[in-house]
Amino acid sequence: MTQVGYSKKVMEHFMNPRNVGVIENADGYGKVGNPVCGDLMEIFIKVKDEKIDDIKFRTFGCGSAIAVSSMVTEMAKGRSLDEAMKITRKDVADELDGLPPQKMHCSNLGADALHAAIEDYWVKTGKIKRDEPEKEEKDHEGVACPTE
Amino acid sequence: MHGIYLDYQSAMPLDPRVLEFAKKYLAEEPGNPSALHSVGLAAKSAVEEARAKAADLINAEDASNIIFTGSATEANNLAIRGVALRNAVKGNRVLASSMEHISVLNAMKELQKNGFQLSLVPVDSEGIVDLVALDSLISKETVVTSIMYANSEIGTVEPIKEIGQMVHEKGMFLHVDAVAAQGRIPIDVQSDGIDLLTLSSNDIYGPQGAGALYVSPKVKIQPAMVGGGQERGLRPGTENLFAIAGMGEAARLAKLEMKEESERLRSIRDGLIKEILKLDEAYLTGHPTRRLPNHASFRFSRIEGESILLTMDAMFDIQISTGSACSSRTLEPSHVLLAIGLKHEQAHGSMVITLGKYNNPDQIPVIANAVSQTVQRLRALSPL
Ligand code: FES
Repeated sequence: MTQVGYSKKVMEHFMNPRNVGVIENADGYGKVGNPVCGDLMEIFIKVKDEKIDDIKFRTFGCGSAIAVSSMVTEMAKGRSLDEAMKITRKDVADELDGLPPQKMHCSNLGADALHAAIEDYWVKTGKIKRDEPEKEEKDHEGVACPTE
Repeated sequence: MHGIYLDYQSAMPLDPRVLEFAKKYLAEEPGNPSALHSVGLAAKSAVEEARAKAADLINAEDASNIIFTGSATEANNLAIRGVALRNAVKGNRVLASSMEHISVLNAMKELQKNGFQLSLVPVDSEGIVDLVALDSLISKETVVTSIMYANSEIGTVEPIKEIGQMVHEKGMFLHVDAVAAQGRIPIDVQSDGIDLLTLSSNDIYGPQGAGALYVSPKVKIQPAMVGGGQERGLRPGTENLFAIAGMGEAARLAKLEMKEESERLRSIRDGLIKEILKLDEAYLTGHPTRRLPNHASFRFSRIEGESILLTMDAMFDIQISTGSACSSRTLEPSHVLLAIGLKHEQAHGSMVITLGKYNNPDQIPVIANAVSQTVQRLRALSPL
């Protein structure tokens, strides 16, 4: 069976995604859409002692979007919010043993949704204001979306 | 093949009888049909025999109206560019449906650079060409109108005969891409009024590497390239003997077995459609009745096609296809699904099943169950 060039690890996460679901009364909630192909992902976090105590996701999208979601929740779980905020899309793709070039843009979803959930928590707890999410975190990997 | 293969429209296995018939041309009888010695003559007669068999599949007037090419894409190019450029003094308009194969659409876009005007005819939500629009778009200057016999993604069969009449009353020539339809439903170029028709070897269980263009005796076309005069000078180059001989034999078998095989596949298809449409928010794409006998295509809301494809493959060893944006190189949904008016998010959840000779009715419940589980699994993951 050939799977559009996905690594074993991508397929493993796609077939057995970790942390699927919803957290009722989540402390932070992030929802992002993939501008390239119109997919959607949401992440819920529960925070304890400034750490991600629990995390869940739901994703509407391709195999790599689902694998990325699963991986990013696994990477973030148990980490401090500041550490989790530093997880980049490249980190996620690397952990998955890479993504095919035309699928690199899907890795945006994961990190973006995670960061959005953390920002939501910071807004709720008064650490930051809604209008100044830490924008400079984004786009520094410069992954181009192949939309020729 | 191990699991259940349901993607015959993208590639078909070579029929073992075709291989048996044609393999001698790979190794034992590697003649050049242009050589005058006995080995060359044997090769020439193999090509001519194949030509007659391909002509017979579509009821062409004469075998000499078949031009062998290297692929269906090449035949589409030869047809459209060949007829347009040859007849450019008579008109500079070309016309196609909005869901033609990309090789047809791109051949026409190339012609725009040569001063031709391209118009696209819309199709309705079931994929039937809008005949009123077609009628208003064809003019005396329309050199070539290209409409596929049937669409490979949604299975819809077009009213080619009516279209042929319209084209000949108001414009010039009709080209028909018959790759999806050949061998599944009867094609008669004479009674359908077709001037140019594209065939593909692999889509009738023949070897890859051969296609053919039927050119009606009424039509003059110009070659896509020049060389040593093979294929009436329209497609020069030493013949791919194995692929051509194999394509001929595949065409003979297709004609012989079409009726029975299509009936067999039709009943499997109907069983699948019935079962799969029982699922929540599952919809048929394409026409409910005017569709290819081996074709069942669907869309499911709230889930994405590449995920469907991967789950079906990895979990059930069942191979399907999809027109989802995520699965395409350009990350655009299939132009066919957009042409029938689907929104991007609807096109996202598409699944295409094309049946073939290794499918059987016992597979219906297995496939239906796999689809049901796949849809459930992905919906459980979906925020929508
Ligand atoms: S989410 Fe659409 S390509 Fe990955």
